[in-house]
Amino acid sequence: MALKKQEIAELLDEKACEHNKKSKSGCAKPKPGATAGGCAFDGAQIALLPIADVAHIVHGPIACAGSSWDNRGTRSSGPELYRMGMTTDLTEQDIIMGRGEKRLLHSIRQAIVDYAPAAVFVYNTCVPALTGDDVGAVCKAAQKHWGVPCVLVDAAGFYGTKNLGNRIAGDAMVNQVIGTREPDPIPLGNTRPGLSVHDINLIGEYNIAGEFWFVAPLFDELGIRILCTLSGDARFREVQTMHRAKVNMMVCSKAMLNVARKLEERYGTPWFEGSFYGVQDTSKALRDIAKLIGDPDLIKRTEALITREEALVDQLLQPWRDRLRGKRVLLYTGGVKSWSVISALQDLGITVVATGTKKSTEEDKQRIRELMGEDVKMIEDGNPRALLDVVKELRADMLIAGGRNMYTALKAKLPFLDINQERDFPYEGYQGTVELAKQIALGLESPVWNAARSGAPWEQEHRLSETGA
Amino acid sequence: MAQVLKRKKALSVNPLKASQTIGASIAFLGIDRSIPMMHGSQGCTAFAKVFFVRHFREPIPLQTTAMDQASSVLGADENVVLGLKAICEKAKPALIGLPTTGLAETQGCDIQRNVREFRQRFPEFNAVRVVPVNTPDFSGSFERGFAAAVTAMIDQLVPKSCKAGARPRQLNILASSMLTIGDIEWLKETVESFGFEPIVLPDLSASLDGHLTDRDFSPVSYGGMSVNRFDVLGESLATIVVGPSLGKAADTLRERTSVPDHRFEHIMGLEATDRLIMTLIELSGRQAPPRFARRRSQLQDAMLDTHFMLGQARAAIAADPDLLKAFGDLFENMGAEVVAAVAPSHAPVLEDIPCEYVQIGDLEDLEDAAVAGSAEIVVGNSHAVASARRLGLPLLRAGFPQYDQLGGYQRGWIGYRAGRQALFDLANTLSAHRDHGVASYQSVYSQKQAPKSKEFCHATATPNARDPIHIH
Repeated sequence: MALKKQEIAELLDEKACEHNKKSKSGCAKPKPGATAGGCAFDGAQIALLPIADVAHIVHGPIACAGSSWDNRGTRSSGPELYRMGMTTDLTEQDIIMGRGEKRLLHSIRQAIVDYAPAAVFVYNTCVPALTGDDVGAVCKAAQKHWGVPCVLVDAAGFYGTKNLGNRIAGDAMVNQVIGTREPDPIPLGNTRPGLSVHDINLIGEYNIAGEFWFVAPLFDELGIRILCTLSGDARFREVQTMHRAKVNMMVCSKAMLNVARKLEERYGTPWFEGSFYGVQDTSKALRDIAKLIGDPDLIKRTEALITREEALVDQLLQPWRDRLRGKRVLLYTGGVKSWSVISALQDLGITVVATGTKKSTEEDKQRIRELMGEDVKMIEDGNPRALLDVVKELRADMLIAGGRNMYTALKAKLPFLDINQERDFPYEGYQGTVELAKQIALGLESPVWNAARSGAPWEQEHRLSETGA
Repeated sequence: MAQVLKRKKALSVNPLKASQTIGASIAFLGIDRSIPMMHGSQGCTAFAKVFFVRHFREPIPLQTTAMDQASSVLGADENVVLGLKAICEKAKPALIGLPTTGLAETQGCDIQRNVREFRQRFPEFNAVRVVPVNTPDFSGSFERGFAAAVTAMIDQLVPKSCKAGARPRQLNILASSMLTIGDIEWLKETVESFGFEPIVLPDLSASLDGHLTDRDFSPVSYGGMSVNRFDVLGESLATIVVGPSLGKAADTLRERTSVPDHRFEHIMGLEATDRLIMTLIELSGRQAPPRFARRRSQLQDAMLDTHFMLGQARAAIAADPDLLKAFGDLFENMGAEVVAAVAPSHAPVLEDIPCEYVQIGDLEDLEDAAVAGSAEIVVGNSHAVASARRLGLPLLRAGFPQYDQLGGYQRGWIGYRAGRQALFDLANTLSAHRDHGVASYQSVYSQKQAPKSKEFCHATATPNARDPIHIH
């Protein structure tokens, strides 16, 4: 049962998204032969796969799961079930004979029996969407029969882009999971006299390389309980309780804005956008949370914590600042990160010479101007050729971008830092900023660049003798 | 020899299979200045790109026809035609590979017709070779898609001719997907040492070997077999075919050109390498350069050195059929036993693998079979790292994809020297993991005193009745 055209249109028309004020982001038609980036299934899977105790079943032939399972940097503090690649791996016979639904039902049973998941998520993909498998009905039947929640994530690749897939995933959580359980009471022994614990959610936090664990202890100290991070290191039972938060923070991403907006509509939860990249943004995020919760005691304690942490990190960053001051980087990354990372880099005394704004909203761009001045160079077209030309033109020392551009930079013998989801290093919070500084210095100061740019000595001699020198 | 067991479960858990579509794509990238355009949704291409970028640690040229909702339902002919046009204009390639995905095939595409239409509408791009090939991901796997692309290139680009041997010092090599960059480099050097000029189809060792150039960026592959070589494949003295999966490709080449071929299931280990060298001696009429005898005797020596560890070793292998057969033979020739063999899809060669049965399945099946057969070592791709960890067994990485360690793409396995290294690595991996020891035992009447410091205790010392050793 494929998503109806109207439903897709509704998802594309995200009211809370700044993109809507111009052309609708998801509406841009991909151009054959000149398209980069993932599909709706890719986006949906990225958004939900970090939920660690769920069996994530990809319903389709092998390509969807076969070349994508277990390839994210997201980490779990407990279950590893999300790392198991599961797919119905549909065959030609399944498709011709219409056996897809049957295989799916048996697959769900197999996952439940063998792996006792907290829930089963079924991702619908292009081929069964085209042949018309009623995946929703299979999920319902399976849930009824085996008593394990079965959630349909109808995200065929041809529905649209990765961004649409993020929203489809968010919608699936809002409509099928959130609100199906009440939060646990605060564990006895973890209550502190005179301190009331407040519940919040973080939406769009993926715990890449475990980086959120740099930030999580600060929340504990402040007496803020994170009901759920959607979806880094999350559990199904946490997602179920998201409706009870007092504040939702959209972390560094517009991707699941629809979740924040719908939780506000249905449960009146206020939300804000923030980031944990860089010292200033981390402090701002903590302040905003305390402010929105509105507990004067919490606000006071938050300020004290910020003062302490900033002083500490300032000391740790000092030697790095001396090494990095005046360095020029080109930042090319999607959407919100285009400004959130700028402030992290400015904390380090680095000059950002240009930034990518392909996926940024008008609001994002305004923030960039505030941070970098009116005449900042914004790069809309992120094709590798254009990026390298801008690097040359603006004399950047380093390219900071997503993994897909890593080897573009290395082939051009240009220092590079991976800032996106696949990276191996944690950059969030106060401690993460130190790690970020360390990794940038590692790239910039490495002795390999001169070696890599050198020609073979005998060829140079040859050239010298040719020119008569 | 082996019984091939069909896939036995509804759900595939930890898939071993990668799609035909991406197998075909990588074959096209063995051609100089090429770019594959997958006919499907943009995600098919994005995933494939990540898959290969992680394996090769190289930029990978790859495009998509970007089927959306409307074209998936109403037809995507225009996507193919306009996609080809866009690539021709922007990237100026010598060849565009056009493999299909399950989405396009389910919808009922006719890419051959699409290419004809493209030719009619845009004759200005006639010099660009375009090779359509049907490679839906709902059948076959990586290896078969790779082979299908090689067959399609021969079928569509090699002119029919009867000039076999017109270039008596030229040798064709058809290289299966099981061969690494290092393998192909060795093959070329070996053939060259007999005075031949090799043409490798497809030559990934010239494109994805991880080299730096003066150019900072290229939208197409930089290196690989030149497209002009398709015209002269028919003039070679002979064709060396490595890998059973390329049987059909070899048949097609022979039918079109009458160039005689010599087929090898693989070139792993002593016997297989011997056969290749003998073939080259016959073809060239030359003696083998003396270094081959030396290397051969080194391999023999290594076989003796390692047989203590590898004899009766129990191996679990998960790989595409060609590679599975190669490793199966390697283990058999060392007196080891393949106790678990899993392939992602069927191929005739599976029946010849020296083991009791081959399971068509996934890495979960491999784990089950490894437990049942008391395996001691696992051979598989990087996805098998988690399997090996769960099994508590060491892993030797081989096949696609390898992303958790660097350099897997260029590691050589074939020939005498790389074969020797493979034996050493297998033996070292096994010995490091095997527990030879008898658990230590101290008599209850013993006069031995407790050691002063914990660090100097035997790691596996077992506590006994009067045990004062373990200080907690």
